[in-house]
Amino acid sequence: MPELPERPSTALDSLTRDAADRATPADAGTVDVAAVTSGPEARRRRRGLGVAGWFSVAWMTLVVGLAVLAPVLPLEDPKSSITEIARRGPLAKAGAAPGHLLGGDGNGRDMLSRLIWGGRTTLVICTVAVLIGFVVGGLLGLLAGYYRGRTDTIMSGLFDVFLSIPAVILALALVTILRTPADAAGRSTAGLDPEVALIIALGIVSIPVLGRITRASALSWSERDFVLAARAQGAKNRRIILREVLPNVLPAMLSIALLGIAVAIVAEGTLSILGASVQADTPTWGNMIASGRQVISIAPHIVFEPALMIFFTVLSLNFLGDAIRARFDVREGGL
Amino acid sequence: MIDSTPLLEVRDVATWFETDRGLVHAVDGVSFTLERGRTVGIVGESGSGKTVLSRSIMGLLPKTGVQRYGSIRFEDVEIGSASPKQMRKYWGAHMGMVFQDPMTSLNPVMKIGHQITESIHTHLDVSRTFARELAVSLLESVRVPDAERRMDEYPHQLSGGLRQRVCIAMALACGPQLLLADEPTTALDVTVQAQVLDVLAAQQRERFMALVLVTHDLGVVAGRADEVIVMYAGQVVEKASTATLFSNMKMPYTEALLHSIPKIDQPSHTRLSAIPGRPPDLVHLPAGCRFAARCAYVQDRCLEEQPPLLPGPTPGHEFRCWFPVGTPEGEAALARNRTLAARTDPT
Repeated sequence: MPELPERPSTALDSLTRDAADRATPADAGTVDVAAVTSGPEARRRRRGLGVAGWFSVAWMTLVVGLAVLAPVLPLEDPKSSITEIARRGPLAKAGAAPGHLLGGDGNGRDMLSRLIWGGRTTLVICTVAVLIGFVVGGLLGLLAGYYRGRTDTIMSGLFDVFLSIPAVILALALVTILRTPADAAGRSTAGLDPEVALIIALGIVSIPVLGRITRASALSWSERDFVLAARAQGAKNRRIILREVLPNVLPAMLSIALLGIAVAIVAEGTLSILGASVQADTPTWGNMIASGRQVISIAPHIVFEPALMIFFTVLSLNFLGDAIRARFDVREGGL
Repeated sequence: MIDSTPLLEVRDVATWFETDRGLVHAVDGVSFTLERGRTVGIVGESGSGKTVLSRSIMGLLPKTGVQRYGSIRFEDVEIGSASPKQMRKYWGAHMGMVFQDPMTSLNPVMKIGHQITESIHTHLDVSRTFARELAVSLLESVRVPDAERRMDEYPHQLSGGLRQRVCIAMALACGPQLLLADEPTTALDVTVQAQVLDVLAAQQRERFMALVLVTHDLGVVAGRADEVIVMYAGQVVEKASTATLFSNMKMPYTEALLHSIPKIDQPSHTRLSAIPGRPPDLVHLPAGCRFAARCAYVQDRCLEEQPPLLPGPTPGHEFRCWFPVGTPEGEAALARNRTLAARTDPT
């Protein structure tokens, strides 16, 4: 670097020189403006949703809207067969099914109607399941993160035990047990409805995931001075947890919950293929894929249409989850 | 009400933390008393135990891994061994606390107004509208301009100085008799430090409140405290009325602290006289004086025998030193060390 003019060297001089060296080793004296401004600018860009974000919002609005409106839409009965359109549809060997845009499935049931009704079932099951995980896991995580000590040891131990069991196997076992619990003599008995069993099973699987995230977030927020300040003002633990810690933890929980719904949708698909989802004639996206497996070579649309629904829905939920996290991270960093 | 007992009486308070390395003697036998309406300044560098002392008084310590000794009496009631549940009725209502960093001591997702009214609702059974009016008047009393509008803003919309005023307003909300301010101006710009301290002083006068002002800056306590306690490595090393301390300090550490403040009338490029070395390890404390390793007056005796806290010539002045500043013994010790240094280092 160029020599500085002759002057008694002071501590300040060496400090500024050091700073300049660090900023731009090649060109001392000038500070790289781009490097300085790119930080906040990048953050501002992240604050907006972007193309992917808006696509996700649009897609989710469409899917949720159709699911909600399914009973009032002019759709075919998703359970009644029309023999002429069986295995017909886009890309099918037998050709398209006139009047039925997305074709029919193996039994000749209208795909469009089944996709919408299936989406309704899938979304309800997965959302309610994750809601269970959100409430139970969130509560346990909050308590563990706030109280620490023995509470935390027990809760974290529980989460770890549950997380160490492969999720699909755990869900499969739970569904089976809940649907056909054994009586005292060891005989299988009629248990819960398949839908309820599936919701509870997926809910239990999602508890430790949400619990862990909430605990980690609650742990760091509980260390903040404002929690101590609230204590120093005589606030009770319950109030501190609900009013001081929870609102700060919520963004992280929401972001994980959206990802959780996405994972649950995929898990429902997996369970369908294993025959552990709802009854085969009740459409869910997973069930539809499972039912189309055998005829994938002659009527691929039966598998690909619900698969695409899952693909775009999961992708959108992931994007939205990330968007929420990025948005709240930004405010945190900007403080 | 005429009351002869002091508001706060701290006797032989020790707070030790159990860590993997051993017991950390964060506070090690501190005693002082504080009358209503008076200010005590607690001064010391980082790690001297001043923050732990103020939290010990408040009872805001971790639940586990802490050993507490000594007695803390507040309005003649022993609170040194009270549980958090018992302390809750004191927190906010009788004792308030202002923290160092106003950036982190306000909840980022709660409106300013709510943070103040929450604390009012905790202790007083009042209506929402009354609590809000009270909060606005509190904000006005700590000189927050445009208080009504600020009530509906979030902490990130406020400057550091304003945030600290909000913290003060929160601490004052239920009229505590004792306010502990833990480095209330350390995180603020120099220009607003004085303003915030003035607000604290004004509120203290108005409410006849006792104030514990914890700081590492002798300049902060100089004009504002009635009494100053200098802490080093968990102990009180010098205690005196503010005037006495600044005119007639006896402890070499106090002197070193004062000399480490840059002075405006010094010629430029004068080397700042920092205190060499670091405070001792609070797990393995030295046998002798805890400041010996960094002291300019150090003698053999300082390394072997710990000096007790003894009263000096002025009433109320106590210090912990074998060779106090300004005494014949002290001067002799300093002179001896200077000749010794000159002999070993001829440059």
